[in-house]
Amino acid sequence: MKIVVFVKLVPDLVEELTVDPGGTTLDTTWLRMIINEFDDHAVEQAILLKEKTSTQVIVIAPDFDGVDEVLFTACAKGADQIIKLTGDFSSINNHALARAVASRIKILQPDLVLTGVQANNDIDGSIGPALAACLNQPFVGYVSGVTLEDNTAIVQKEYPGGVIAEMSITLPAVLGIQAAEQPPRYVAVSKVRQVMKTSNIDEQPLDELDNSGFPEVTRMFQSETSAHAEMITGSPDEIADRLVSVFKEKGILQRTNR
Amino acid sequence: MSQDIYVLIEHNQGQVAEISYVMLAAGRQLAGIHGSQLFAMLLGYQAQGLSLDIAADKLLYIDHPALKEFAQDAYLLTLTEIIKSRQPRVVLFGNTTIGSDIAGAVSIALGLDLASSCRYFTSDGKFVSQICGGKIMAEGNLSSGTTLLTMVPGGYKPEEGQSEHPPVIENFSPPVLDNLRIKNIKFIQPESFDIDISKESILISVGRGIQTRDNLELAENLANSLGGVVCASRPVIDQGWLPTTRLVGKSGKHVKPKVYIALGISGAPEHVEAITGSETIIAINTDPKAPIFDIATYGTETDLFDLIDVLVEKVEAAKAS
Ligand SMILES: Cc1cc2nc3c(=O)[nH]c(=O)nc-3n(C[C@H](O)[C@H](O)[C@H](O)COP(=O)(O)OP(=O)(O)OC[C@H]3O[C@@H](n4cnc5c(N)ncnc54)[C@H](O)[C@@H]3O)c2cc1C
Repeated sequence: MKIVVFVKLVPDLVEELTVDPGGTTLDTTWLRMIINEFDDHAVEQAILLKEKTSTQVIVIAPDFDGVDEVLFTACAKGADQIIKLTGDFSSINNHALARAVASRIKILQPDLVLTGVQANNDIDGSIGPALAACLNQPFVGYVSGVTLEDNTAIVQKEYPGGVIAEMSITLPAVLGIQAAEQPPRYVAVSKVRQVMKTSNIDEQPLDELDNSGFPEVTRMFQSETSAHAEMITGSPDEIADRLVSVFKEKGILQRTNR
Repeated sequence: MSQDIYVLIEHNQGQVAEISYVMLAAGRQLAGIHGSQLFAMLLGYQAQGLSLDIAADKLLYIDHPALKEFAQDAYLLTLTEIIKSRQPRVVLFGNTTIGSDIAGAVSIALGLDLASSCRYFTSDGKFVSQICGGKIMAEGNLSSGTTLLTMVPGGYKPEEGQSEHPPVIENFSPPVLDNLRIKNIKFIQPESFDIDISKESILISVGRGIQTRDNLELAENLANSLGGVVCASRPVIDQGWLPTTRLVGKSGKHVKPKVYIALGISGAPEHVEAITGSETIIAINTDPKAPIFDIATYGTETDLFDLIDVLVEKVEAAKAS
């Protein structure tokens, strides 16, 4: 079995996000990029499958600032091969990425491709279904459990309200991972450093990127809402007092403990 | 190309998903702008009954055993046929477990433009999408060809997509659906051993800001003194710190308590869509730009670790007095 995991970096939402002076993209000057958390789950799911069956795991990521560490971390977790796609990705969208990654995947011929179900900066759909269509393979997203049997994958697909569909997919296929069966494992920085010395990132240049497939954005702006919370300021003591009076107003303090 | 607006009706186990009605409301607005008709597409098996309250001019019904429940490959084959033959102006999908799985594939297969996470359309028909956990909005014009969009809830009331008059049904023959590679085996219903958070009136909800499992005790203390129940955002559940029955959000429960206290929750759209029915939302978050403050009634930027113990003491004191 061979599994390819596609991983990308996304803006860290904890940082302040600003719009580029051009007004149609994010300002990337100070943008801190981190691994898309669902891609991290996809890596974990691949490693879990490797631990159960003898599977080769290849992790592919486009070259964004910080990608080397992400790839070496995947390697420290158990990935067998790490590939960095190089090129100019400053204004790339998922359609272009899907086409480019599909061309690599056609060469690698994996049985299964895993990627995160979505990323916070997706604007032309998530990459999984586009990738699957480029490969002419079936896709199942919102997946939170995978078992492999011969040439099929049995997956748990999430529906709203906690309902789960158990499905079987004939391989090769692409899955969009929502959550791995266990939280992504932690690897010590020292282990990642060690891996950096002993393993290599396989760099593969991508030349032509075809961004078609997305309508033009004419304006990007910070979310502005008509309503905003009434902000309570002061010391923790003062804030707690105010909140207690809110609880009283709402009539929820008379209740006895359950 | 026609100017008609097409909406994919989403359903699962015999129930139409709420996002379908949100899309019908949006579709109605677009049909008004383009002076055209609103079509609903229902793919199913002996499922005409699901169409009764759908507010559309026409309902295209496609009947096939392989379409009984959602399967991406069968849907993809069917939808590409419909879109090729009808050439709509716009096709709306949910940004959901169904719509997101196929919209991108239809886009690649037919070479049509796709914009995701659209929240609403402006009065002149531009789409407005939300990205970056709801912090950034992107506005754009529809493309010149058929444009595909996935929609998130929040911009339209589902009731606006419902009607007492059933739509006119038009049957559309399904394409050959053989050699399918995806099969539904069974549906697993959520566990019901736990309390039902959608029925609770005081919820203390914890997010990633709680940092560790041990810190959940803080939330439990507050819940105990207020007579409430602890629930959580997805990252906390994925860590296994609370059972999935306590998950609030798109993939968990929608809640409508009297008071919802969000501790260290950013307010991502997948979380927010499930709490807007709360009477009062109190958000405690150190990031002044956290989107949770846009929907909360009260907010404070205080560190939750400085506040909770004090708050529990004060609640206890107030109860004793
Ligand atoms: C298909 C899909 C379905 C999903 N379904 C759900 C769902 O059902 N429910 C759900 O919740 N999410 C869901 N998500 C995930 C969602 O996108 C967000 O990732 C998630 O809601 C974020 O959780 P959070 O707010 O706890 O964490 P974060 O976004 O990481 O926010 C943590 C917050 O804590 C604050 N904070 C940190 N330290 C402190 C402190 N000491 N005091 C106060 N504040 C602090 C930070 O400022 C930050 O705003 C889904 C995602 C996908 C892709």
